[in-house]
Amino acid sequence: MKERLTKIYHGFGLPRLIISAFLLALIVVAAGTELSVAGLLSDALVRIGQNGIYVLAMVPSIQVGAGLNFGLPVGVIAGMVGVLVAMENSLLGFGGFLVALLVAIPLGIIAGYLYSLLLNRVAGQEMMVGTYVGFSIVAGMCIFWLMAPFTNPALIWPVGGQGLRVTLTLADTFGGTLNNFLKFEIFGLTVPTGLLLFYAFFAFLLWLFLRSKPGVAMEVVGRNPRFAVASGLNINAYRSVGIVLSTVLAAIGYVVYAQSFGFAQLYNGPLMTAFPAVAGVLIGGASTREAKVLHAIIGVVLFQTLLTVAMPVTNQLIEGNISEIARVIVSNGMILYALTRVTGGEQA
Amino acid sequence: MNQIKRIISKNAVPILFAIVCLLGVYYAQMPGQFLFMEIIKRMARNSFLVLSLIIPVVAGMGLNFGIVLGALAGQIALILSTHWEWSGIGGLGLTALLATPMAVLFGVLAGMVLNKAKGREMITGMVMGFFANGVYQFIFLFLVGTVIPFDNAALRISTSPGLRNTVNLSRLRGVLDNIWTVQYGFTKIPIVTFLVIALLAIAIWAFFKTKLGQDFRAVGQDRHIAGVAGIQTDRNRILAIVFSTVLAAWGQIIFLQNIGTLNTYNSHEQVGTFAIAALLIGGASVTKATIGQALMGTFLFHLLFVVSPSAGQAIFGSAQVGEYFRVFVAYGIIAISLALHAWRSKSLAKASMEEDVSA
Repeated sequence: MKERLTKIYHGFGLPRLIISAFLLALIVVAAGTELSVAGLLSDALVRIGQNGIYVLAMVPSIQVGAGLNFGLPVGVIAGMVGVLVAMENSLLGFGGFLVALLVAIPLGIIAGYLYSLLLNRVAGQEMMVGTYVGFSIVAGMCIFWLMAPFTNPALIWPVGGQGLRVTLTLADTFGGTLNNFLKFEIFGLTVPTGLLLFYAFFAFLLWLFLRSKPGVAMEVVGRNPRFAVASGLNINAYRSVGIVLSTVLAAIGYVVYAQSFGFAQLYNGPLMTAFPAVAGVLIGGASTREAKVLHAIIGVVLFQTLLTVAMPVTNQLIEGNISEIARVIVSNGMILYALTRVTGGEQA
Repeated sequence: MNQIKRIISKNAVPILFAIVCLLGVYYAQMPGQFLFMEIIKRMARNSFLVLSLIIPVVAGMGLNFGIVLGALAGQIALILSTHWEWSGIGGLGLTALLATPMAVLFGVLAGMVLNKAKGREMITGMVMGFFANGVYQFIFLFLVGTVIPFDNAALRISTSPGLRNTVNLSRLRGVLDNIWTVQYGFTKIPIVTFLVIALLAIAIWAFFKTKLGQDFRAVGQDRHIAGVAGIQTDRNRILAIVFSTVLAAWGQIIFLQNIGTLNTYNSHEQVGTFAIAALLIGGASVTKATIGQALMGTFLFHLLFVVSPSAGQAIFGSAQVGEYFRVFVAYGIIAISLALHAWRSKSLAKASMEEDVSA
């Protein structure tokens, strides 16, 4: 029994135990105030499903040796175009959601492939290059959003007839489609079944892929490139597969995020999307060189629950909104910790 | 002819940006006097910060995205000096003096962290900047007025915790710039500020002639060989970051005395990005940066900043396009430089690996 417990302890890791204990403490405190614990947990479930796929996107990129994918906005932008195309045509419900995905995925593949060509040439510095490629694309797309040929009056500025608005609401198109699918309530806890099922489906697909032959080859390329060459694996081809996969997941992640959040925030909205996702997978137990689907799942559950529960609880105790600052400190602290750990080779 | 070719290929980036800037100036159709005034103002404001980046580049630590920490030290000193109502050029000097130990402390901490992340200093420095920003906000948005007693109507609204979003630096506004100005048309040229910048440039140039400066260069060229030669590489790396952080703190103070108001929670956010973009536009790279490149880059970057809204209006019928374009340029130039650097060092590594094999 004791052995089994220590095994669970080592598998789970100290940081996760601390965060879980802190979360439990927060929930106990919340129960003592007039806050509804079930309500808090319902919000947490939504945020987990909303952000889950972004965190999953980190896994193939780390496994293939490209490090944490700070270039997540490359995929997010593909997702945004998908959502906008669906909204431009006023597609409602599942139709809109599917069309958004159908546009986002091929765009994500193309963008991810081009992005992988760049990353293959800068091996060893993927994270830094990726960060600024992501920033540049977001800034460059700001110009596109201003000039883009969208004509639906719900999307563009009422004066001038050109240029998309900063914040678009999905309430009249396909906002909440997935969240409301088979939604049910139990003990006051609202479960967004469709959203969670969709997330679980992608987590399962990714898990399955990483166990397939190309998935294993990807891992070999990431762990030991020299051995991979010796085994006759085409390193750059597998790295491209991993990066495209990561980018496509980001594109899908955005469509899911937007329908759950209910708004699409253009212009500088997606600038920092990579950071909470990076922090999420690290909190789940991944390092810059190794990540499993399980890490992504544990990470998003712990991190998003922490953020959802911490804000109202601390608001009860002290004045002011501390959650945004807590998010900045926790996520960047976690990334800093991962970057300064000894990891064998030099990699950025 | 060959020499011309060499000069062009060596300075491809600044030449390209000079052309873009000239096109911008042409389309923006701004009055020359106004353009001159804006450029002088912005050069006086920003040159010091851009120069603060040079030392870590030479020491082989790449572009110091962590100068945000120095900027934070400068801002904390400015907040305190406003609280104690320091004024005039003496007050500004005291503020810089007060910022120095804080910047040294931040620099040592940052240097120690970066020594644990060799080969990925830049991303670590950037994340460190975000992290420090979070801690700074936590202190000045929460602890001040709740845990830390701090009652001053100029800095706080007594009904809520935390500092005001903007702090008026009226006692220090322009005290350095206005010591001695020369009027040219509408433009007041702040001679003393430019003297301070020139002094820093000379100091950096002289520094690299000293033993310590040469050690930095050796560490930057090859850490292992420098270590074998008896140079304490880790200590030198920390020192390089300390210098950069202290200079950034002073640079931020000069910047803010020119502007005259402190945006408590976002004056520092873009410091790293814009200073680095300016340095790179001047033709610097991750491993090589000179004083000339820093000043040239500051000039070109800010020229682009001034003309792009009007040029955007003239070319695309929207000033907004120009504004987004300049941000795109700032991020894009950093992305391209980083990619080119990684690309080159990768092909170098590959070449040396192939040599190993053939030997």
